[in-house]
Formats: sequence, C-alpha cells, structure tokens
Amino acid sequence: MNEHVFDHSGVSQAQGLVFDPGVTGAPGRSGAGPGPGPVAGSGSGALGALAERVRPTDLARDRRLPVLPAFTDLLPGAGLRRGATVAVGAAPGVAGATSLALALAAGPSRAGSWVAVVGLGSLGLVAAAEMGVDLGRLVLVADPGRDRAGWASVVAALVDGFDVVLLAPGGVGAAGEVDGGGGSGPGRRLRPADARRLVARVRERGSVLLSVGGDLPGERSPLRLTVVAAAWEGLGDGWGHLEGRRVTVESGGRGEAARPRRAELWLPRHDGTVGTADPVVAPIRLRRERGVSA
Amino acid sequence: MSGSGTATRTLVVWCADWPVVAAGVALDVPAAVLRANRVVACSPAARADGVERHQRRRDAQSRCPELVLIPHDPAAEARAFEPVAGSLEVLTPRIEITYPGACAFPTRGPSRYHGGDEALADRAARLAASALRGRGPVRVGVADGPFAAALAARRRHASAGADAGDPPATSTGPTAVRVIAPGATPDFLAPIPVTVLADVGGPAGADLVDVLERLGIRTLGALAALPVAEIVGRFGAEGLLAHRLARGLDERPPVTAPPPPSWTVAIEIDPPAQQVEAVAFVARGLADDLHGRLAAAGSACTRLVIGAETEHGEIHERVWRTEGTFTPLAIADRVRWQLDGWLQAPQRPSGGLIRLWLAPEEVVPAGGRQLAFGAGAAAVDAVEAGDRAARALARIQGLLGVEAVRVPEWRGGRGPGERIALVPVAADDVTEARPAAEPGWVAEPWPGVVPEPAPATVHDPLLPATVVDDAGRPVVVTGRGEVSAPPATVSVAARGGGRARAVPAAVVAWAGPWPCDERWWDAGSHRRRARLQVTTADALALLLVVEAGRWWVEATYD
Repeated sequence: MNEHVFDHSGVSQAQGLVFDPGVTGAPGRSGAGPGPGPVAGSGSGALGALAERVRPTDLARDRRLPVLPAFTDLLPGAGLRRGATVAVGAAPGVAGATSLALALAAGPSRAGSWVAVVGLGSLGLVAAAEMGVDLGRLVLVADPGRDRAGWASVVAALVDGFDVVLLAPGGVGAAGEVDGGGGSGPGRRLRPADARRLVARVRERGSVLLSVGGDLPGERSPLRLTVVAAAWEGLGDGWGHLEGRRVTVESGGRGEAARPRRAELWLPRHDGTVGTADPVVAPIRLRRERGVSA
Repeated sequence: MSGSGTATRTLVVWCADWPVVAAGVALDVPAAVLRANRVVACSPAARADGVERHQRRRDAQSRCPELVLIPHDPAAEARAFEPVAGSLEVLTPRIEITYPGACAFPTRGPSRYHGGDEALADRAARLAASALRGRGPVRVGVADGPFAAALAARRRHASAGADAGDPPATSTGPTAVRVIAPGATPDFLAPIPVTVLADVGGPAGADLVDVLERLGIRTLGALAALPVAEIVGRFGAEGLLAHRLARGLDERPPVTAPPPPSWTVAIEIDPPAQQVEAVAFVARGLADDLHGRLAAAGSACTRLVIGAETEHGEIHERVWRTEGTFTPLAIADRVRWQLDGWLQAPQRPSGGLIRLWLAPEEVVPAGGRQLAFGAGAAAVDAVEAGDRAARALARIQGLLGVEAVRVPEWRGGRGPGERIALVPVAADDVTEARPAAEPGWVAEPWPGVVPEPAPATVHDPLLPATVVDDAGRPVVVTGRGEVSAPPATVSVAARGGGRARAVPAAVVAWAGPWPCDERWWDAGSHRRRARLQVTTADALALLLVVEAGRWWVEATYD
C-alpha cells in the first residue's frame, strides 16, 4: 500500500516536471523545483527511479552487445544490435576486413559471449587473441563442404547457439588477391534465398552475424563497416618491423545506421590491441632540413 | 548374497590399456594416447619409461623420446571393443559396457549354468582373448558389485603392492582371472587406497579423495570403518556413494520397480540407413527426447539400452552404463559409438537400420545442476550461453562429424601459425575450462618470435611466392642471415578458379630477414627458415618466409 502511494507521488511529480523545463534540464536543482511535492527532500532519488521506470522498454531484439571502446562512436547505440547482420569489408585496394571483423567480435567475446567462426580456415588466431577475443569461448567450425543444404543448416545451428557468428560469404583479403583458401569458400554455394533465410534467422534468434568481406549475396545489410584507408607504420627500407596500422573506417547502412560515421583507428596498435587514433597533423617540412638531407 | 546385502555379484572383463590396443599399436612399443595435449592412456612399454596419465605431451616425450603419439578417438575405441563385447554374448545377453575397454554382467544366472564363478570367469577370459586375437591382455574380475569387480580385474596383486597401480601386462600373461569369494569383497577392498575412487569412471571427484587423504583416511577399509551418518553429514551424497562402495555395496540401493515402458523412445528410420552419420543425426533428437521425458519426471538415467533393428529383422541391443548420469550429449555419443561398432563390424548387418530405440534400464532421481551459492545472475547467464553453444555444436557434429568443430589452444612457437593449435573438441567438453586457451598458458619465452602485432590471416597451406630484386634476380638469404639484395617485387601465386596465376607487386617497404634455426638437434625435424616483412604497392602487408631457397607467404596482415 505504501509503495503504491509512493508511486503515485512519483507520477504527479513527473507531471510537474514535464512542464518545468528548468528542472528537467538540471537535476541538481530538483530539490528546489518540485517544492509543493510531499517528498521534496528525496526529489532527485525519486527522479532517478522514475527515469528508470519510464525508460522505453528494452525489447530483447533491441539489446546490444558491447564493443571495444574504439567502436563506440562508429556504431549507432554504441554497440552491436542483436539480430543484426553486419557487413564488414574493405574498399577496393585496401586490406583490413579480417582485422576489423575480429576487433568487432572482441568486445562481445570479452563480455562473455561465445563466438563461432565458420569457413574462415586461415584466420590468424594470435591476432584475434591480441585484439581481445577470448579463445576459451571461440569455436571454429570446418567448412561444411560442397553440400548447399548442409552449409545452410550448419550456419543456422551456429546462429541458434552463438551470440556472434563470423562467416565469409566470398573470398577474404584485399582485392581478392590473397584469399588463402577463401576463394573456394561458401560464397559460391550461398544462394540469395539461403542468405535471406539466414538473415531472418539471425534477426529471430537475436545473435549478430558478421559477414567478412562484404554483404551476403542478394542482401543489403542494415549496417556496414568498411575500411576505406589503411597505412602500416614501422616498416622501413630494410629496418624496423610492422608496428601498427592506422585505418579509416566508415559505417553506414539503413535505419538507425543511415547517418554515415567515420573514425580513425589503430587496427592494430603496436601491441595488437585496437584503439582510436588521433587525427594526423601534417608535418611541416623545413626547407633547410630538406637541403641538408639532400 | 546374504552377507553382502545389496551387492550384485558381477563379472568385469577389462582390456588393459584399451585406447592403445584399439589404435592397433603393439603394447611393447612405447605409445601414448593424447587428448588436449595430455596423456590419457599409455602402453606398458611407455609406462616403464616413466610416462603416466595426465602428463603433458612434452613431459611424456622428455621421459621417452621415441614415444608414439596417438590422438584420442573414443569412437574408434568403442568400435574396436564391440567384437569383444559381442563375443561374450554366448554367456549372457546382458552385457553392459561401462566405457570402451570394460564391460560387465551380473553372474547370478550364467555362473550357475557354467559351473561356478571361476569356470565362468575363465570362459569369459578365453572368449575375450580370442576376440582380441592376442592384441592385448584381458583381465577378468568377479566380486560383489561392479566397482569391486572392476578393481579385482585391474589389480591382480592388490594386497602385495597397494600402490603399484596396474601391473605390467607382460608379467601376467595374456589373460588373468581373479575371483573374490562371495562376502569377501570388503576384505579385498580394505587395503586399496582411496585414490581409486577418483579414477576413470570412478564415483567421486579428486576433491573428495584429497580431503580424505589429508584427514588420514588413506584406504577404503579406513573409509568403510567410519559411521555412515558422519560421512553423510560431512560429505553429503558423494561421500555416501564412496562409503557404500568402500563397504562393498552397490552404489545405491537397488530400484525395485523397473522404469515404465513409456519412457522407451523409438524412431523409425525411412529410408533404411546404412551410414553411421545418418543414424547418428536421428539419434541426437532421440537422445534429447529421452532426456526430456526423464527430466520431466525428475529422473536421470544411469543404465541405458541401445537397440536397433535392420530391414531383415535382425535385432541388436547393448546396455551402456555410466557412473554418473547420462546427459543428452553423452547418450548421443554412446549411440554413435555403438552404431559405429555395429555398422563397421566384420559381420555387419545385412541391411540398413529401420528402427532405433533407447530404453532407460535404471533411473535415479536427477540431481540437477547446482551452481555455487551466491554465483549471481551473470554466472547463470554464462552457463546458459555455454550450454546453448554446446547444443549447437552437438547438432553440427551430428551433421559434419566430430572433427569438424575445433577450438584454439596456445602452443609454443615462433611463427603466427605455430603459436596456436586447433584441437577437435567433443560438444559436451566445450564449456569446460581449458587452461590451454588462457593467454598465460605458454609462459616460456620464445626467442625469435615474430613481433606483435600478429597477422589476421595465416595461410594454411602457405602460398608460394617469388621475391626478386631490382634486376629481376631471385632474392636469397645467405647463411649469415643477410639478403642478397633488397627485395623489389613480390609475386604471390593466388589460386583463382583453380589455375595458378602470379600477381607481381612492387615492394614499398621491407624489414628482415629474421633467421630461425629450429630443432637443429634432430635431423628429421630440423628447419632453417628466415622471415621477411614487406608492404607492397597493392596495399598488402605480408609475412614472407624462405626455406631451402623457396619463398612462401606465411601470413597476410589483413
């Protein structure tokens, strides 16, 4: 009974607040704002409880899987929406789709999700571990062979059981040049009808499908992440070693992802992790220095 | 029968070192069967060199360098055991397989028919030995209760060397029989150390045994002497079970009422199935169905009849038993092994299978899963996520076979592909903690390891490449670890549509070579390689490796 009364007071207070923009804007002043309310002293606490109560309902399909901090600006809602198919690719002549997919899977994996990889036989698992994928919750499923129906049912089973599924609908690698066995990958076997069914299943089960190397055949993913520029650092003319890659990633798509976003990332950093990169300031060349070096 | 109360007099046929025998390796060859980098079984010759169960592969190899390594394959073990179990069917139709390599049956009826326990045991030993055709030793034990009978079979001189473990097979000949007189089982068990309770298929965990030993309770006799109420109060159900076994009783009081026939699940297979894979897939659903029915009744199964009928009316049935309770995955595994045994036996069924059924023969109240108190919602979620993944993998293994699902484990090594190995995993083991998947597993430094960051694509197999200098001459790495000339162009043979074509690309930057001289102490596996990192004009960063004058792309920094 008591609780009921409290609820009611909370609601009446809210009605007051809605018409008082000064208070909604600054919770610190809320003690003074709803003065006539019977519980004025606990105003900010009640406000917090109320905010929790009137928050839009979190549907299962709206829940998001957490991502690494570097991706929070790139993704709508700062996470991977459950039920989404995400196309992860690279612009022609640019490499980095595989790293990007692994980095995207690292956030959920760290937070406790299971990750399945199907048909990516040449995945660099040391790199996956360095980016933050928990190898204890990573499972690799062999390429299911030439049988189309078999392929679809295997991926469907994975979608049922895993939060994140990585698959390559076509060859992986820059411009299809070096695709390490991906050329005979499932791309030729995945028919548009199967792809459509798969996307529907992903949506229904609330997992996230990362399609490495571009869209599934015949599908336009609601969210697509593309590496548009990449440059390695650390390698010289006979000295140094690859230390890090600065990439520019663009995200776009439909619906909530329609607004294009763009971020500069280290993918990977010198220790294999992923992080945001500061914008490059073009170095100022001194005429005299050039003269000396020449 | 009267003195021992509720123990069923049982005969156990045990094939020593079965995983090794099933792999077809002679026992005088030092060999070890490995699962997840640990020894699960080894031959007597390997044991003589100091190889033990649970050892890491590297430790085992250091004790015995010529050790033959065999991957663990329970399906093959079960398949090889089927003829042995089948040969005993002339004695009794009620053979139950505890695990591949050991089977048991109650002796009450057959013993009377064959003229006593000794005569029956001798006959069982001869039958099993002839089915094995001398490939391995057979031991037979008879005692009150399957636990004591198994120990009688395994421990020939229990009183003489209580800590000797399994005596070498060579000293006991091809067959050995040990019959414990009715009622003498508690005396036989008394001097045996409590560690046997935690053995393979044993009823208790290592934790319980550890505590008992630290309390000074080192033998089964000492455990049996304690009052049962104290044991239950201190150790609960697990302690009660261990106490009953130590006293020479069955694990649990016999269930007087058999399970209702409605719990038997069966399925018609149409068209008749010849292949194990096809039936195994059906069996998966059947196992889930059975487990669901039992769970709905709050029960779990400890003994299970697997039956199949062929289109010509042949009926095969076999009983499987487990010390714990059967999970759906465990049931499906047993069905798969059994079908493997039937369908790939020398006298295979004359037609395809048309019907498959599972009948629980012994059910117990289900214990359910107990999470640690206070584990919280996150732990429950984690367990559920793991179970969900395990179920999905079980379905995939039904479709593609067990080998199709692999998990990564850290290994020592220098190249990006050598640092992680992929090991096949059974679906019901995937959620178990795997220390080899933890980042700190390889603690030892590996000088010469390719520096971080690691490449995202590691080619398997390697892609052949050519590396030439400005003048078009092939680049070579000298014995002093220097390149003959800076690399100018790299051509990678991509496999596009089956025909090889080389795509030349100019080198933008490069570093190396990093020579790597591995296993120079062993002529067979000695490798001299050198690695080179390059970035090319078509925006690729490659890890190149040269060995014996040939260049390969080992990995792409994709």
